[in-house]
Amino acid sequence: MSSEGPSRVAHSAPSGGSAAAKPPAWGGQTPRWAALALVLPALVVVGLFFVVPLLLSAVGAFRAADGSFTLAHFDKSLDLYSRDLIFTVAIVALSTVLIAIVAIAIAGYLTLGENPRAVAVLRWLYRWPLFIPFVVAGQVMRTFLAKNGMLNHVLIGAGLIEPISAESMLDWRGIVIAFVWKQAPFVTLLLAGAMASLERQHIEAARNLGAPRWRVLIDIVLPQVRGTLLVGLVLSFVTMLSVLSVPLMINPNSPTMITVDVAYRINTFADYAVANALCLLSLLLAAVGAAFYLRHAVKRVETGS
Amino acid sequence: MKIASSLGPNLVRALVLALFAFVIFGPLLNLVLWAFAERWYFPSKLPSQYGFTFWERVFAPRGNAIASLGTSVWIAVLTVAFSLAVAIPAGYALGRLKLPWRSAILLAFLLPQAVPNLPVYVNIAQVFYQIGLAGTITGVVLVHASHGLVLAVWIASAAFASIDGSLEEAARNIGASAWTCFRTITLPLAAPGLMASAIFVFLESLDEFTGTYFVGVPDVTTLPLLMFNASMGGNYQIASITALLLLVPSIGFMLVVERFLKADVLAMVGR
Repeated sequence: MSSEGPSRVAHSAPSGGSAAAKPPAWGGQTPRWAALALVLPALVVVGLFFVVPLLLSAVGAFRAADGSFTLAHFDKSLDLYSRDLIFTVAIVALSTVLIAIVAIAIAGYLTLGENPRAVAVLRWLYRWPLFIPFVVAGQVMRTFLAKNGMLNHVLIGAGLIEPISAESMLDWRGIVIAFVWKQAPFVTLLLAGAMASLERQHIEAARNLGAPRWRVLIDIVLPQVRGTLLVGLVLSFVTMLSVLSVPLMINPNSPTMITVDVAYRINTFADYAVANALCLLSLLLAAVGAAFYLRHAVKRVETGS
Repeated sequence: MKIASSLGPNLVRALVLALFAFVIFGPLLNLVLWAFAERWYFPSKLPSQYGFTFWERVFAPRGNAIASLGTSVWIAVLTVAFSLAVAIPAGYALGRLKLPWRSAILLAFLLPQAVPNLPVYVNIAQVFYQIGLAGTITGVVLVHASHGLVLAVWIASAAFASIDGSLEEAARNIGASAWTCFRTITLPLAAPGLMASAIFVFLESLDEFTGTYFVGVPDVTTLPLLMFNASMGGNYQIASITALLLLVPSIGFMLVVERFLKADVLAMVGR
């Protein structure tokens, strides 16, 4: 997963579980060390180019220039960037909530909608931003949301705002809009897939008893796909936390997101210590979500569901 | 009567869909306008002149865009080759064989998904700088591959796991060696899944920004970096044309994605 296009990653989960259920073709004849040897090169690459740099980041955040242990980098980080930390959390949290609402609404309509043409149109529409990289989404929103952008022209043309009150949305709102525009289709895709594979009986029964569609969605459909929704949201949360291009292009000035500060510390001061401290703080923010996701994913693979 | 009563909901539905279409396509349309705008001054609603001047500049034989496109595609091809070379054996072992410490190994392959990547890029850039890999194609490929790989392992293991084991057994029973069996039975059967993972890794590498931003400087300029630099330099036409180039494979893949990934596969996520 790169931080710029990670969403396309999660679609196929490792389905090792189903393999565990099947007898391996000639696994009986293959010694266990041979299986390990096949995995080893991939493990080494992930270890060298992912795990080691991650550990280096943790070490670098606590190491003074003379090599001794220090908390000074964290003091400095909090001193300079505590506002940006709060800004980052607020933006990513708000985006996650909005993504959840949009994804539930669209996936819910795709599952329960009764007008086949509207469902088909919506299914075709919603996924366009799915694989658009963040850096392109940033550029797209940079022109669309600008003071002279299409959004304002359309709002003025529709008589919804006065030309004089047209303003640029290239601030926190722009970041949130870019994030939701880009990530909601991903969560919707996962959610709609999970909803499509549900048993229809309960839904039909509730509909026959006269339950309105939104009740069916909230009371019957949603509880059964909660896991998928949470995984999609956690992946989106972690992804948005480390996107650099969107905040850099839409809102580079303070208050801004931590990723911009990290790039600034490195490009301007070559200050890896504070950059690492900031990185570690954003890791902490992601830790809860990451722990949830990893536990969930491993459990699923282990039980072979 | 009937017609009148169904008109209301239909109208609302059409309006909501139209609004949604604007939300999805409005930003993209704005990008297309910029790509063909010769002049567009504040506060006019539309460009005052359209043309291909900037396209000629972008596609000039010695233009930066052609060079960046070449660099991007070359990096993506190397990333796919490297990722699949290590992911196919790993995917086979995970999907087909008895593997000790299976869950710990899976955890290692899930980790890059669940952890913000910025600290990784920052520190890998520092290490690469010390060993002379910063600003080289090799360095960028290694960074791209360490992420593409994870993805490729997952899809490959799913592809191998879904193969009917009795076909392999039959081949083994009539005396095929393990290698012959893998080469003539298992690999061809898993080919569509492996192809899907190759496309995924290719796109992922083509679109990657943050890692290249830290590791590729100053010598490796991929298409996303060129787009970013043009945009930050205020050259919206060049940025928009480059962005359109990047959109082509992304949207093309979006349109065919369901051929690779069925709803039941999607439903496995997070169960």
